[in-house]
Formats: sequence, structure tokens, C-alpha cells
Amino acid sequence: MSEVKIMLGNEAIARGAYEAGVKVSAAYPGTPSTEISENVVKYPEIYAEWSPNEKVAMEVAVGASISGVRAMASMKHVGVNVASDPLYTVSYCGVNGGLVLVAADDPGLYSSQNEQDTRCVARAAMVPVLEPSDSQEAKDFTKFAFELSEKYDTPVIVRTTTRLSHSQGPVTLEERCEPADIPYERNVGKFVMMPGNAKKRHLYVEQRLKAMAEDGCDMPVNKVEMNDTGIGFITSGIAYQYVKEACPNASVLKLGLVHPLPRKLIEEFASKVDTLYIFEELEPVYEEQIKSWGISCIGKEIFTVQGEYSANMIRKAVLKEEMELKAPAQVPARPPILCPGCPHRSVYSVLNKLKIHAAGDIGCYTLGAVAPLSVVDTTICMGASISSLHGMEKAKGKDYIKNWVAVIGDSTFMHTGVNSLMNMVYNQGTGTVMILDNSTTGMTGHQDHAATGKTLKGEVVPAINIFRLCEAMGIKNVVEVDAFDTQKLEKVIKEEVAKDEVSVIITKAPCVLLKKQKSTRRCRPIADKCKKCGMCLRPGCPGLTRNADGTISIDETMCNGCGLCKGLCKFDAIEQVED
Amino acid sequence: MTSRILGGITVDAGYDVKLSEVHGMAQRGGSVVTFVRYGEKVAEPIVEEGQADVLIAFETLEALRYAHFLKKDGAIVVNTHRIDPITVVTGMAEYPDNIIEELEKEYKVFKVNAMEEALKLGNSRVFNIIVLGVAARHMDFSKEAWLKVIEKTVPPKMVEINKKAFLLGLEGGHSSDLE
Repeated sequence: MSEVKIMLGNEAIARGAYEAGVKVSAAYPGTPSTEISENVVKYPEIYAEWSPNEKVAMEVAVGASISGVRAMASMKHVGVNVASDPLYTVSYCGVNGGLVLVAADDPGLYSSQNEQDTRCVARAAMVPVLEPSDSQEAKDFTKFAFELSEKYDTPVIVRTTTRLSHSQGPVTLEERCEPADIPYERNVGKFVMMPGNAKKRHLYVEQRLKAMAEDGCDMPVNKVEMNDTGIGFITSGIAYQYVKEACPNASVLKLGLVHPLPRKLIEEFASKVDTLYIFEELEPVYEEQIKSWGISCIGKEIFTVQGEYSANMIRKAVLKEEMELKAPAQVPARPPILCPGCPHRSVYSVLNKLKIHAAGDIGCYTLGAVAPLSVVDTTICMGASISSLHGMEKAKGKDYIKNWVAVIGDSTFMHTGVNSLMNMVYNQGTGTVMILDNSTTGMTGHQDHAATGKTLKGEVVPAINIFRLCEAMGIKNVVEVDAFDTQKLEKVIKEEVAKDEVSVIITKAPCVLLKKQKSTRRCRPIADKCKKCGMCLRPGCPGLTRNADGTISIDETMCNGCGLCKGLCKFDAIEQVED
Repeated sequence: MTSRILGGITVDAGYDVKLSEVHGMAQRGGSVVTFVRYGEKVAEPIVEEGQADVLIAFETLEALRYAHFLKKDGAIVVNTHRIDPITVVTGMAEYPDNIIEELEKEYKVFKVNAMEEALKLGNSRVFNIIVLGVAARHMDFSKEAWLKVIEKTVPPKMVEINKKAFLLGLEGGHSSDLE
């Protein structure tokens, strides 16, 4: 009997890659896609790596495909933007071995800076998209994606969403197939995209999409479930599950291939139902196409383009059910915050004291935007801290940024920040860049990168030295400071910001959640010395609470003894003790 | 861990099951919720408002935050442990009084000070399994089935203490039972 295992959607995608015989996988971590690579790496048959960014990851996969093996790149939706340069053109080239890009969208923005819909990118890049709706399909569709890729000579996108990626459900495991490598033959017309060749390939791409749209009508991933014909739904992905939950008796056309659309199948289905609803999360991608064919249907008139869908949404908007739902209790919000003992809090407490603005970046340290730290002014995308600070200077002059720094994490610096720093040097900027080096990719759950000295496979490799990398760019002012040495940090920041040259301050202290960081130190309040001034509470460490009498308590299970609060207390009312 | 054990036991009992988790930035000290749905056939992986049979809260305020997900006669198992959200620490909001009393007006509430009990067992990290043990009193799985799943799910070094923690929750004998 075949084994059934409860799997995360992402784990199932990794399993699908394994069973499809994938040999190369490349990715940059990003919620909600990270666990794909973290599971792929468990299969020794697959070479798997963390690349410095998604463009590189995509190109690694492209190269592997050209050489004749099945290859996969995985990333979050905004990572697809970074990878879009190779994506748009490899769409013209097509593949040799099967090539799949897994893109993880984030409706509801659980951990992202925007809510973009990868299907829009896919349409623009003329790349087909498969959209699974549970863990089993996540595995099956991933396998099918490789078949499609090779059959139609195209990269294929498997689009998942946070809800699917981070839901667990049963998956039936199968054996890995080992497709023979496809021989490599030099083919300039296909793999050298200069204008003359690309023109011809563009024609091919158009034909390919037409063929897939037609063949899609018979593909089992596009499934018609005829029931009561009063109401019909066209839906896909996780939204399909909400339809089944709210309207188990309705007729449903469940699209697995959401681009290109199987037009005949859709027209046929539409003709059989009285009222047709289009139920797709985020953008009206197929709704607009279906409406353009003159088919009458209801979609974004009653369903939102924002956030996640639900079964209750259908109950309210379609079934007009009177739902007696209790309003949520009015309780204090519990937003995400920096952990107790986080080195970023220490750095930000100094920047806050100096009233310095920070052009921010993507990572845990984005949380420095909120009170009480309130240091980060901007967060756009990976690497933008350094380049946007440079833009401010070029707009307003160097004096304008004397109370500004750029803050960026070590992993984000290696991702694209390094390019922005090169630009600052080249174009004679004078900004101060703070690289908050916590030796890991923190927010996504601690992945290694080129400057940590370890690979995804766990091999120990020479780490790229960020300090020397900055020096090699010709930056004269590169300073390394212990992130918890607040006095030195204050002095260094004042000095470097004042200079009319590029400065890089690397603040070092490992992420408190890294496994090897188990601390035996704790901070403890001394109640009779406490003057109830509240200075220790200012950086907003969640381990500290003010008691009813104005003194403070420190939660022993949270505190790791970083000493930031102790350093802020002028009355020695906090002591550091060994466990 | 708790949701993996819950998922495991429902599968072992032959049910269809879906679990939904939150990863990423929200995990950094934020309010995090996991949904578990099991039955003959499960479509959506989330529990929507007004649908849950049991709410397991590892912190008292969080019980109140998600109480509206419960059915009318739903049960709440709550760890009577207080962790102030940053909004309270910084004085922007106040931690409500009498949460348990408020909840008891509408729901069956079962409370346990799991953090205290876990520390007595010698490892604060098993507090969640104590809470799960209390919740298990309201589900139809045998003690043996639970222990089997715990054995399969937690790291080998942690099996014994987790079993102990679970049984403490399931069979009682902890201080909350005396109230």
C-alpha cells in the first residue's frame, strides 16, 4: 500500500519535485515559499542551493534545464519580480530539461510588502500557470508541470498561496522517476536571444499558448463537477475549497491550468449554468478574459481583490445567508515585534536616541518602524535602503542626509544591497550604511547565505567577508561594532554620519533565535533600587512588564540576558546573573 | 508541535484532516493562530468565525481575541499565563481584567496554569503539551492513541517529558483542578 503522509503544501511541492526526478533546485528564502527548499534539501538525489537572490536562482535553474535535466526555482511573489528578467526571456527560449518556477503569492499579506498576483506576471511573460488547491494537488501539479514544460517547450509556473503553502493535508507518496537526461545540442536560434532569433521565438510562444489553451480543455487538471445548474462557479487554487465548503451542491469548473485558459471548456460550462460566478483570489485574471468573450458572469462586483477569501464570503455574497456572527472582542493588538535579546533593538535604541531617520529594508528589522523604536522611515523592497538614501542625497544634497542612515540585514545586503552600495561609491554618495549582521536570514526562519559560511546542504564553505567586500569597493570608512555595545555604537554613528564620504557600519551579534545562541544569562530587577523612571521600558522589550506599583518585572522564560535594559538603567536597578 | 500532534491523531483515527498555520513575520512575538479541521471529508483548511468546537489558547488574552471563532456551546481550554503585548508594555493599551470571568459567561472554560506546571516538570517548553492534555479530555481519542502520536512526533529525547506533560493535562492532578 502506498504511504499517506500529512504534508505542508510546500513540503508536498518539494515531494513533487523529488518524484518528478528533479536534479537541481535553487531558491532565495521568502515567506511563504521558504519550506520548499528546506524540504527539497532532504532528498540527497537533488542538488539544492540558496542563491543570493531570485534572479540568480532562476538562472541556475535555467542553466540546469539547458544542460538537459529537470530543474526548479522557488521564491515568493515579490521574488518573481527580481527573477523576471530571466523569466521573460527564457519564456522565448523554452527548455531542454523540464523547468518549473514555483511562485508563492501572499493574499492577506501575512509577511510581505505587497499583494501582487503572479498570474499577472505570468500572462505578461507568456508562461503557463498551474494552480493547486491542496497538498495532494501541490505534489501532483508540480509533477505535471515538468511534463507540460517538456511537452510544450516552456517554463511553467506553479502558483501557490500562503494558505496552501502553510496548510497541511494528506498526500499519497509515490516513487521517484528518473528521466534520462535530455542530450544537449548547441542551438543558437533557441538559446541565444538576440533580436533575429527572439523574433522567431516570439512567434513560437504565441503558437505554444494557443496549443495549450486548446489542449487544456482535455487536461485532467481542469475539472468540471456538474451538480445543481442554478449556480455555477469557475474557481481555482485554495478558493475552490471555499466553494466546496459553502456550496457543496453547486456546479463547479475547477481550473488547474489558469493560464492559458481552456476557452471551449469555459464556454461550454457557462452555457449549462444559470448564474455564473467567478471566484478567484486577488486580481480578476480569468474573470476579465472570460468577460471579454461576451460571457455573462459575476465576480469582482461582489468579491474583493484584497486579502484572502473564505466560505463565509460566499455564504454572505452569493447565498445571502443572514449570519449571526459575533464581533471579535475589543482587545489590545499583539503586533509582531523584535524578540527579547534581538540585536536590532539595541541598534535601534541608539538611532532613536540620536533622532536619526533610517531608510529601511526587508527583514525582521523592518519592525523598527513601529513604536516605541520608531526609527525606520521607509521600506520598499530588497536592497532599496541604500539606493533610496542615495536618491535622497542626490535630490537634496549631502547635508540633508546627515541625520539619515540606511539599515539593511546581512542576507538582504548579499541579495541586492551590494549593488546599491556599489552605486553609492561609484556616484560619489556620502551616505552611512548600517549592515545589521546577525549571521543569518532571520525573518524567514534562519537560512544560510553566502556570508554565513554554510550552504543549504549544511556544508561548511568559506564565508564571503562583508567587511572586506566593502573595503574592496574602495570604501575608506568601514567599521565593525558589537551590536550590544551601545556606547561605542553611539560614538561611531555620530562620527560616520558627519563624514562627507560613504561609510559602512557593520553591527555584529547573532540572531537570538539561532540554535547555538542559548544564553545562560538573565537580567533581574532589583526592586528597592528602582526609581520607576521607565527608561528600561523604552526599547520595548517584550520580556519587561511594569508592575502596578511602577517597578518592573522581567519574564525569566523570555529574557536571554542581553543587558540592553541594564545598560539603560542609571540606578543599577537591573543586574545580570548566570542561570 | 501541538498542531502536528493533533493532525497526527486524527489521521491515525482514519479522518481526513487539514491544518493551517502562520509563518514568517507574524511569528515574531505576534498573535499566531493555527486551525485544525478533521472529519469524513474536509475542504477548506481554515476554521471560520462561529465554527470551532474547541479553542486552545496558550495565553489568556489570546483566548478572548479568538473566542468569536467558537460555536455557541464551544469549549475553551486556556493557559492562565499572561504575556503583555507590546501595546500594553508601552502603555498604549491596557490588559483587560477578568478575561476568564467574561469568557465563562458564554463558553465552557477549562483553565490550567501550564507554565507553572511545566516548570515543576523541569522544562517550561512542554507547557503546550499540558494544555493539549486538558483539551484532549474533550476529544474522542484514547489515551494510548495520544501517547503513540506523541512518541512519533516529538524528538526522541523529549518523548518521556512530553508524555508526562500530556498525562498531567489529561488526567489532572495539577493545581488548577483544585480550584
